[in-house]
Amino acid sequence: MTAIDVSSDAVLERHGVTREEFAKIVSMLGRQPTLTELGIFSVMWSEHCSYKSSRVHLKTLPTTGPRVLQGPGENAGAVDIGDGLAAVFKIESHNHPSFIEPYQGAATGVGGIIRDIFTMGARPIALLNSLRFGSLDNPLVRRNMAGVVAGIGGYGNSIGIPTVGGEIAFDESYTGNPLVNVFCLGISKADEIIKGVASGVGNAVFYVGSKTGRDGIHGATMASAEFDEKSAEKRPAVQVGDPFMEKLLLEACLEVMKTDALVGLQDMGAAGLTCSTCEMGARGGAGVEIDVSLVPQRETGMTPYEIMLSESQERMLLVAKQGREAEVQAIFEKWDLHAVRIGTVTADGLMRVKERGVVVAEIPNTALTDEAPLYRRPYSEPAYLREAQQLSLAELGTPAPAVEVFQRLLASPTVASKRWVYRQYDHVVRTNTMVLPGMGAGVVRIKDTARALALSVDCNGRFVYLDPFVGAQLAVAEASRNVACAGGLPIGATNCLNFGNPQKPDIMWQFVRAVEGIGAACRALDIPITGGNVSLYNETDGRGVLPTPVLGVVGLIEDASRVVRRLFQTTGDVVLLLGESACELGGSEYLKVAHGLVRGVPPRLDLAREAALQRVLVSGAAQGLFKSAHDCAEGGVAITLAECCFSGTPGVEADVPPVAADAGFGDIATLFGESASRAVISVAAGREQEALELARREGVPALVVGRVGGGRVRLSVGGRCVVDESVETAERVWDGAIAARFERQQTVA
Amino acid sequence: MKFAVVVFPGSNSDHDAHYAVEHPLGEQARFVWHKDTSLGDTDAVILPGGFAHGDYLRTGAIARFSPIMADVRRFADAGGPVLGICNGFQVLLEAGLLPGAMLRNDSLHFRCEFVSVRVEHADTPFTAACRPGQVLRMPIAHGEGNYYAEPEVLARLERNRQVLFRYVDAAGQVTRDSNPNGSVANVAGLCNEARNVVGLMPHPERACELAINGADGLVMLQSAVQWFTGRAPAAVAVRGASSLSA
Repeated sequence: MTAIDVSSDAVLERHGVTREEFAKIVSMLGRQPTLTELGIFSVMWSEHCSYKSSRVHLKTLPTTGPRVLQGPGENAGAVDIGDGLAAVFKIESHNHPSFIEPYQGAATGVGGIIRDIFTMGARPIALLNSLRFGSLDNPLVRRNMAGVVAGIGGYGNSIGIPTVGGEIAFDESYTGNPLVNVFCLGISKADEIIKGVASGVGNAVFYVGSKTGRDGIHGATMASAEFDEKSAEKRPAVQVGDPFMEKLLLEACLEVMKTDALVGLQDMGAAGLTCSTCEMGARGGAGVEIDVSLVPQRETGMTPYEIMLSESQERMLLVAKQGREAEVQAIFEKWDLHAVRIGTVTADGLMRVKERGVVVAEIPNTALTDEAPLYRRPYSEPAYLREAQQLSLAELGTPAPAVEVFQRLLASPTVASKRWVYRQYDHVVRTNTMVLPGMGAGVVRIKDTARALALSVDCNGRFVYLDPFVGAQLAVAEASRNVACAGGLPIGATNCLNFGNPQKPDIMWQFVRAVEGIGAACRALDIPITGGNVSLYNETDGRGVLPTPVLGVVGLIEDASRVVRRLFQTTGDVVLLLGESACELGGSEYLKVAHGLVRGVPPRLDLAREAALQRVLVSGAAQGLFKSAHDCAEGGVAITLAECCFSGTPGVEADVPPVAADAGFGDIATLFGESASRAVISVAAGREQEALELARREGVPALVVGRVGGGRVRLSVGGRCVVDESVETAERVWDGAIAARFERQQTVA
Repeated sequence: MKFAVVVFPGSNSDHDAHYAVEHPLGEQARFVWHKDTSLGDTDAVILPGGFAHGDYLRTGAIARFSPIMADVRRFADAGGPVLGICNGFQVLLEAGLLPGAMLRNDSLHFRCEFVSVRVEHADTPFTAACRPGQVLRMPIAHGEGNYYAEPEVLARLERNRQVLFRYVDAAGQVTRDSNPNGSVANVAGLCNEARNVVGLMPHPERACELAINGADGLVMLQSAVQWFTGRAPAAVAVRGASSLSA
């Protein structure tokens, strides 16, 4: 066996550990780390596990509130939804694996977030996802997207958790770095939330689930006697998901939790056995001693280093009460799983790893968790910003007629129907899905109660790029407005912050300003953040993706029979536009589609006005006043009105007052401008005064703009008809745009 | 009436079937673990949807070896009503309780959406309360629902009136566009020669309430009750508002 100099530049570089970090490790241990210990530090102190660049900023987010049962720091957050129940939810990214191997990368992302939820003692009941890809004109992007969608479906469909909603947007910046963010929500008893703690000296530590292999080991390729080139060859590049194993784990864990034999539970996600062991010990203020030779292994000759760093999927670590071990094991046996005792809870606060009784690593748990490095990375306003914020409509020339723009926007993949995608996801299993995908927020009822939850994930990366502070606020506003449209009172949020390389001051500036924006918006709208995920280094060829802080918001609907849907209902119903419109084309879908530009400043956002609008939406739904509601987003009020007609509705005839705009852009700005804090609602004929009065009381501008009926999407600006198409014609364009791109691909292939 | 819902380790619509029987239908449901050897005291059996044993090999291929299947066969042979839904249908095919086989969907994609199926015959325990020709709107959710039978087998099935459900358009017509998976002759479901064992790919148990966008499936469960007790079903399902689920 060749001795390795763990302090050499080459070894440190392969582990992504800086010289300063190494010095900190040596001072914490009072000696040089072993190679295994260095590996353990390197994964726990990685950006992914330690949030070392982001933590100081994340701490500024509002995370408390009367409904919050569990804030950040556990496997997932939880909020009280009444009836003694809790909604347990979180969003997480799987961006990089989904680019390398789209199917398995996306599938294991779904598997990971589901484990985070059932680990808390909650039965997962809904999945959503937020996806970003490059242009669909690029065949590599189409292949990547097809794989990601199939992978998400392959895992969720098999395990039997419905995918009830989500969002997808397209921009060239994501070409070499797609974003795959997955949200999961589960329901548990409010007083039975399980935590990831190890405590009680002498309690048994069990390993259960798939065997450990060499897959997903942290990228340290060590040339040495104990870790040579051959071991690298044996290692698959990505982890492979096994939804059937996860289904067994889910059912068995939920069954074990019904007993009180369990102390704590954690899944082995990133950094595998290492992370679960030291985090459980640190949370419980205890030590954990394990022997890696007892860990079930899929391959022979694995070193302690490999076993500790493996990221094989579908594995759990649990601590059972002394004397209750047989009870726990019997439940796993029922599901043909074997819970193997690999260690014991100790009193010394150390993570002690042995191999056949010989200590190979011994590290204080808190050194790996609470005492991990924290960086205040320098940041400064990006050079692009001032220039990109300049937008002169006059320089764009004469705009195309509104009807042409309307058709192009309907066919734009970001706006078009995502049916080709969501029909590959089982969205009806568990029989709770009240609002199906593609119709705004997903809505699931909570069985045995009168309630339902509305769920939405949103972000417009263009807005964040053009002004991270305002753009991130707009993401919070859009996600919460979407759940409010369904009648849901926003009660909690989770975020997935996708950014480029934080070591670049301009990227760090985007990040810092976006977190400030999320904090400001969540405080103003009274929505606590209960957890989330940060994904940095999303770059290709040195260029970052559009900064994309995705917000997932949970809204509580007290009376499930009052859920409001997006579609217009009955001929003669009156259509109203809530909110104020202005000439706001900065960062719009129009500019992107018609001029290929991402320019200008994002729409202004008055958070007090937004909060008022959401109160109107929730109250109008609760009173049974609103027959439909849909927020205005990409493509403006014209696209919103059209989407309210798709499909099978009587159509709409609407006349929107013109907004003041330069250079002949009046129609464009009126119909396709993306002013914030707006929604289109409809009420039964004769009830419009009630709706206007409700809006007036909250100080929300509102006006009647039209009526349902006529079989057409007929839109006028100031009395002049500019778009007039049959519902079927318009819908065909919108519905077929994405599918057509994939069918073309199949023909070519 | 007592329904037994068989639970394979990878079943995922077991709760859906149990809930549909207990709540919208108002009868008794009980889970039966696949390792059990007896169905116990039951009047009907449901093999639910899911991925029984992961189905990495072939859907339902391993489930037929589960210990409970011997008693399911005994129950079926004695004339007891057995309903296989989605994966349950695939298990019935693999177990030889229904003829034919499943291929991958012709689109090669998993597909989940509401579809229309036409009830061809009303003389089975699960269609007794239907009108022949009645169109039911129910969701499908499967990757392998492309039913295939050899031409002579299919001819025999047609002759014996064993093709029980077909994919149709909203007007009840068999069309190519209304076939979501490439099934031969638009077959969505079958019964055995004795007519007590029924399998179908669409999910009636997921379409028993308007709150979840469709109640057309309830009539199939009500059929079982009517067939079993001889009494008329309470209320026939209200047609789901199609505008909510497109």
